[in-house]
Amino acid sequence: MNFMPKPLLEIKDLHVWFKVFGGILKVLDGVNFIVWPGEKVGLVGEMGCGKTTTMKAIMRILPIPPAMVPKGEILFKGKDILQMGQTELQQIRRREISMIFQDPTAALNPVFTIGTQLQDAVRFAEKSGRNTEKEDIRTRAIQVLKEVSLPDAERVLQNYSLQLSGGMRQRVCISMALVSTNELLIADEPGTSLDVTIKDQILRLLRELAEKRSTSIILISHALGAVRGMTDRIYVMYAGSMVEVAKTKDLFAHPLHPYSQGLLTATPRLTGGGIGEGIDGHIPEYISPPTGCRFHPRCKQAMPICKDKKPPFFKVGENHEVACFLFQNYR
Amino acid sequence: MITLVNIILNIGQLKKYFVTRQGIVKAVDGISFFVEEGETFGLVGESGSGKSTVAYTVVGMYRPTEGKIIYRREDISRESKNRSHTMKKEIQIVFQDPGTSLNPTRSIKQILEMPLKVHNISKNHKDRIAKIKELLEMVQLPVDYMYKYPSMIGGGEKQMVAIARALTTNPSLVLLDEPTSALDVSVQAKIINMLIQFQKKFKLSYLFITHDLSLMRNVASRVAIMYLGKICEIASSSDFFKNPLHPYTQMLLSSIPVISDEEEELKPKKIMSTGEIPSPVDVPSGCSFHLRCPKKMDICFCEDPIMVEVSEGHTVRCHLYTK
Repeated sequence: MNFMPKPLLEIKDLHVWFKVFGGILKVLDGVNFIVWPGEKVGLVGEMGCGKTTTMKAIMRILPIPPAMVPKGEILFKGKDILQMGQTELQQIRRREISMIFQDPTAALNPVFTIGTQLQDAVRFAEKSGRNTEKEDIRTRAIQVLKEVSLPDAERVLQNYSLQLSGGMRQRVCISMALVSTNELLIADEPGTSLDVTIKDQILRLLRELAEKRSTSIILISHALGAVRGMTDRIYVMYAGSMVEVAKTKDLFAHPLHPYSQGLLTATPRLTGGGIGEGIDGHIPEYISPPTGCRFHPRCKQAMPICKDKKPPFFKVGENHEVACFLFQNYR
Repeated sequence: MITLVNIILNIGQLKKYFVTRQGIVKAVDGISFFVEEGETFGLVGESGSGKSTVAYTVVGMYRPTEGKIIYRREDISRESKNRSHTMKKEIQIVFQDPGTSLNPTRSIKQILEMPLKVHNISKNHKDRIAKIKELLEMVQLPVDYMYKYPSMIGGGEKQMVAIARALTTNPSLVLLDEPTSALDVSVQAKIINMLIQFQKKFKLSYLFITHDLSLMRNVASRVAIMYLGKICEIASSSDFFKNPLHPYTQMLLSSIPVISDEEEELKPKKIMSTGEIPSPVDVPSGCSFHLRCPKKMDICFCEDPIMVEVSEGHTVRCHLYTK
């Protein structure tokens, strides 16, 4: 691993808070996250655990205010995104990072045609856009639509998003992201609102495109199965911080954190044999989150120390780290 | 083995058409199946395949266009307003999204009180309160939730209330329309385990609707797959996952994301998912699946296959098996 180049994206101790009427929602509580060049990383966790917030922080599209970032760094190729000026930021959004959102229906504007929206994206991505011929932009738009295997691309350009099916809409969103991405693609639950067969097609498409262009991918999902087939490494997130990170294979074979174990046993399996217990309780309120480890009120193996101190990452194997005091003296 | 005596719900050639401006939507187009007493019958399909329409027709929200719904020898193929009061008590439903199926302006107490009043189950206010407390305890919610409103509690808890409401009238058949698809896996596991427990305790029969096949594997004893308003395949759960016959079933199974290698081996490998479910206004001719089918033959374009029994209790509707 020493010959590895510098990480493409590194998040260090990121905190994101939201100011609301009742106080301050302390959502992200020290997120640490690394993506290496060309790597496919998964991020799993329950609804409301801060997955999307983290990704929005990377793109700097969090609404500020109410959001604020009191602490932390997001280093993209060594430069802190949080300190960048508008020009630099636009440059990054234009050429380097792009994002696919969960709900394609909400991501596309219903009053403009797909063509208008997609050609805008093309024009934005090509900096020299002002001089580019209309015809070139159109050709490029059709080309990306074909890349996501949408049949009849010329017709799709004239359609409004409401005239397309869910799977087609998501393909259009992916094609928009593809126009600009060269380095990092963030896919925020790209298949969740779609049917299984369509979800399978979308994920397969993403994987093929990423491999072809050797793009890094961050795939977010609340379903463990969806990330298993696609990623090299998985982060498990709970209530605003990472609780476990491991190679995909290791995580599914030996999950160590009680939360990861709970998630895995609760997932219904094709082999049958009933469903595990599930995890009691729910994600904490962010206005007054539990002290120490935020998982301790739901944890069956909680110890006194869990209440007082937030566990750091403990190394338990190569590329396998767990934020849980059960493993502080591992080995 | 299966006699008429232990069949609780028998559906024969049920059709439900909707007239719209674009034309007639054949949401349910001649399906037949039965639910045995005390079993969980699973109905699987993609969105738009008509599985919820089946549930709504059985519970009496829609009047069937054609066909029979037999509940324990009694014909109930009509709307709920034309059904007897006792029949309404017998069949209950739990909806997909508890956020919209519970009235936000009513407290949990009012929500649970309603069926008790309508069906005259508890005579006075005191009895009703006692019964509500009992129901809340049954679904493992604190008793003081009675005075809360749906917006104050979490999604999983709302679904527990919806389940408690369905069980107030002591039904025999409960229709579960994707009861956990809006919830997280950890909450889903709790609810499913609770449902299985209730089934044993109160001898309930479930018609379980979902699009999640791995969940189905763990709860259902028999499974039916729906595609565009028709049933493609019915089989017992163990048989179904070991030996899927219909190409659509194989496609569904091969697209499931799984979490272990043992499961991976169960998936048919040769079939890749392609295409999307067509609009139900404009159903393809012949077998409605032929547009996406990897094994289509000439006959599939013009002739709709009929159900054939391949082995005991395993029926499939595909030209590949009609010889």
